[in-house]
Amino acid sequence: MGTELTGAEITVQALTDLGVEVVFGYPGGAVLPIYDALFQQNRIRHILVRHEQAAVHAAEGYARASGKVGVVLVTSGPGATNAVTGITDALMDSIPLVVLTGQVPTHLIGTDAFQECDTVGITRHCSKHNYLVKETARLGPVLHEAFHIARSGRPGPVVIDIPKDVQILKARYEKPGTITHKTYKPQVKGDLASIEAAVDMLAAAERPVLYTGGGIINSGPVASQLLRELAKATGAPVTSTLMGLGCFPAEHPQFLGMLGMHGSYEANMAMNKCDLMVCLGARFDDRVTGRLDAFSPTSRKIHVDIDRSSFNKTVRVDLAIQGDVGSVMEDMLKVWRARGHRAADQAAWWDQIAGWRSRNSFGFEQKGEQLLPQKAIQRLYEMTKAKKPIITTEVGQHQMWAAQHFGFHEPNKWLTSGGLGTMGYGLPAAIGAQLAYPGALVIDIAGEASIQMNIQELGTAVQYRLPVKIFIINNEYMGMVRQWQELNHGSRYSESYSDSLPDFVKLAEAYGWKGIVIEGPDDLDAGIKAMLDHPGPVMVDCRVAKLANCFPMIPSGAAHTDMILSAADERGEADDDAKALV
Amino acid sequence: MKHLPSERHTLSILVDNEAGVLARIVGLFSARGYNIESLTVADVSVDHEVSRITVVTSGPPPVIDQIMAQLDRLVPVHRVIDLTEYGPHVEREMALVKVAGTGDKRVEALRLADIFRARPVDTSTASFVFEVSGSSEKVNQFIALMREVGLVEVARTGVVAIARGAEAV
Repeated sequence: MGTELTGAEITVQALTDLGVEVVFGYPGGAVLPIYDALFQQNRIRHILVRHEQAAVHAAEGYARASGKVGVVLVTSGPGATNAVTGITDALMDSIPLVVLTGQVPTHLIGTDAFQECDTVGITRHCSKHNYLVKETARLGPVLHEAFHIARSGRPGPVVIDIPKDVQILKARYEKPGTITHKTYKPQVKGDLASIEAAVDMLAAAERPVLYTGGGIINSGPVASQLLRELAKATGAPVTSTLMGLGCFPAEHPQFLGMLGMHGSYEANMAMNKCDLMVCLGARFDDRVTGRLDAFSPTSRKIHVDIDRSSFNKTVRVDLAIQGDVGSVMEDMLKVWRARGHRAADQAAWWDQIAGWRSRNSFGFEQKGEQLLPQKAIQRLYEMTKAKKPIITTEVGQHQMWAAQHFGFHEPNKWLTSGGLGTMGYGLPAAIGAQLAYPGALVIDIAGEASIQMNIQELGTAVQYRLPVKIFIINNEYMGMVRQWQELNHGSRYSESYSDSLPDFVKLAEAYGWKGIVIEGPDDLDAGIKAMLDHPGPVMVDCRVAKLANCFPMIPSGAAHTDMILSAADERGEADDDAKALV
Repeated sequence: MKHLPSERHTLSILVDNEAGVLARIVGLFSARGYNIESLTVADVSVDHEVSRITVVTSGPPPVIDQIMAQLDRLVPVHRVIDLTEYGPHVEREMALVKVAGTGDKRVEALRLADIFRARPVDTSTASFVFEVSGSSEKVNQFIALMREVGLVEVARTGVVAIARGAEAV
């Protein structure tokens, strides 16, 4: 280990030692030395995107689908600022990323040099942690530490800003052993006494509900298996947040569907009427709770989370257990079995749930010439489910319809921007997922407005021969904006019409994709089949009913029990308090 | 839960003495809408690796808990101690107080300073700079009295605090 390497070589060597196979990036002046080092090796594959924001979303898609850390490489200044949306998205959804940004040489920092920006300042509060590496000798240790921080505890994005001179200068590099950080020590094991208390509460509950979230997916596939065992042992109904979909099989009889603003009636009513809520790897987000003072008034609440700051942030809980949700569920099951517990008699509870289920809150009636978006997604699900597809989405109505009508049976198959709600996430995320699983069917369920936010990535898919599919639910509106305008602003459709849309088929063809139009219900199955039959990338322009709205819905600031089930319950104009909510 | 009565808490935060750590702490308070009533920071270790930040903040108890948890998860933070919650501790603040005047007012300023055990650290024929230290309340009182005898300007350190007794908390 006597030889010295340049900072750029250290970067590439450390990434190799960390098992990195794919880097998503875009070159520029301040990262040229690292790009040169990448050129001279063949262990790490670089994927050239068309915009730095897409590099980060692609890395998120890669990470969410594979469970590995996503890696991004961008230049200084605009490269770094373009990456900020993706970094924030990863922070909100707890996605492990390491983002390498070039920086002007150290002696120019602070002089307003060409393509200089204060990257660590800008990303300080939208990353889990960040570094400005001023000495080449620090580069190796920082890279290894960054991966440790990104993937352990509550995962998140870590930014490493590397000045150009640091990339050029030489230092020794050694692959470190196990990383032990002097201050950062995430708690994985839950407190046993608390776990025992939780198990006793669960055994005694008459109306329990397991409220599950993205933490279970972050914990790894074993956690999803443990959830199935816990559900089986306790007999409790299971609901999931948007981020947790797939951690419990959609068609399982104990599954109530997604909860929250556009969740199922039975899931939200069960949350409201339960006597014990067990929150596993979720965070009582405002989309889930609705009006806080009316949130689940009669229940005792247990919260399992690896991040202590999630406890009692908005909802007071009776028992908080800090730890990895997989590890805690494993211990809960051990205690449950050791104590010889059996599922309590929940017959009355399941009767009540059956009553709510009979409302068929995700129901719709497809009739006439206009294709309902729900129908399009339902058929897409039915025709692809045997292939176990990976689904990504953009943000808006199509995203909620996909969450409602596409069934997920395994974790890591559903990639969506939940916390930040980033339009333009789906196509690059699909590219990232396809790179992680080249043989998988990967479909971006998109809206005609969202897809245009990172449309340039059509080129990336072609360059790397990725057979990504895009299924555009085209209603010629920013549908969720229009829906809120109908609910809250007297149907004044201010700027929510998608005017001057491109011809998506021609656009697809211009990039070397196949383009398909679905005009109505009669073309639907043939269109989906044609999409699946084509071996390369396909963009489907699926024209749907223009004014369909996404129901059920808990309007902002309303309680779970005030759910709007259909358009007939719409209120038209909201008062100012409701208008002020998001 | 934000409608509960607000409490004043003194937090002691041990952090890695590295670039940007103060910005992380201060930025967390501003980004999440927490109050900072005072803040002090200085290197407190032999090897210059650890700094102590003392923050006086206010908020209802659940918000204080949130502040603690949010601080605790920052990577360079070693420990966060809520000294108000912990119990017996000493809080001190120092101020430099400039007073200008002649004749009776000058004499009165000196006499009041003596009562407060404030020390003149700069003197001219027309002014004093007093160094006063103690609880924030005592410093406030001293400054209020100086207003009547020719106060010119004030510099304050903000609160530093440490637990009582033989142990490091």
